[in-house]
Amino acid sequence: MSDTPLQVLINQSQHTLPQGATLADAVALAGIQPPFAAAVNLQFVPRGQYALHVLCNHDKIELISPITGG
Amino acid sequence: MTTHASNIAPLTLYGETFQSRLMLGTSRYPSPSVLLQAIERSQPAMLTASLRRQTGSGGEASQSFWNLLREAQVPVLPNTAGCHSVQEAITTAEMAREVFETDWIKLELIGDDYTLQPDTLNLPEAASRLIQAGFKVLPYTTDDLVLCQRLVDVGCQAVMPWAAPIGTGKGPINPHALRTLRERLDVPMIVDAGLGLPSHACQVMEWGFDAVLLNTAVALAQDPIRMAGAFADAVSAGHAAYRSGAMQAQDSAQPSTPVLGTPFWHQT
Repeated sequence: MSDTPLQVLINQSQHTLPQGATLADAVALAGIQPPFAAAVNLQFVPRGQYALHVLCNHDKIELISPITGG
Repeated sequence: MTTHASNIAPLTLYGETFQSRLMLGTSRYPSPSVLLQAIERSQPAMLTASLRRQTGSGGEASQSFWNLLREAQVPVLPNTAGCHSVQEAITTAEMAREVFETDWIKLELIGDDYTLQPDTLNLPEAASRLIQAGFKVLPYTTDDLVLCQRLVDVGCQAVMPWAAPIGTGKGPINPHALRTLRERLDVPMIVDAGLGLPSHACQVMEWGFDAVLLNTAVALAQDPIRMAGAFADAVSAGHAAYRSGAMQAQDSAQPSTPVLGTPFWHQT
């Protein structure tokens, strides 16, 4: 059914979004503080594409931020 | 009076020049303040950083680290730590490029979680694809000559062989392999991982390596700030020694003081 909510994973946590939701909606739902970068199903999505990237059911979204590293 | 910086010939990587031959990791320090002071003391060419999911309250740790990087004003070298596949490494690099606004990437492709040994079979493919995507790739690799040659073949303008597994602090565990690498490859080489003491850094610089990258040896020292300075001095000394051309070791003793005119010589 076209209005069935989407089940997506954001950083391994299950979330529900309406059909037609974009990556921008997922980012807003996550409440992540910038700077960060996003990938969907292991593919990088540039910042400027968030509002254009329509999500699908069972998409796996990663939102990652700077941290110390060696 | 000369400074340590004036004893260091600039390091050139991918056409970009750096005044320091020390690269410093940013993890495992007792506090952000200690990290910042270690950076100020050692004046590294680059600081390594990574990307992770935000944890805790609104990503405060990430924000704090981001602000520290901006305050330090040292070029950032993002890594792909923890990546186990070529695609994971490429996607992480692309995300790092957007966040840190840099084409530099320290390519880590882990093949074994216990030793953190690089996935040597897939590393050249990952490096090749990243270079084609416009990255300046510094691959973390073993000291295997053929692998390093393949990385150069696919376009890496520098390679980063390990001295020993990450975080062990053992120093160069296979001097022969490292020295063979230095003799056989002409690209800049940065010894990355496994250094524990300034003498280890000095040693590999004396062998002709172009720089060192380290983290744990500084961060876990009882006085990380002082140790950062010790490593900076060691890198400078080792590089100066390499450029000076060391004497050949001799099997027999050779007097330093002239024998001619020795007083009381053969008087009895």
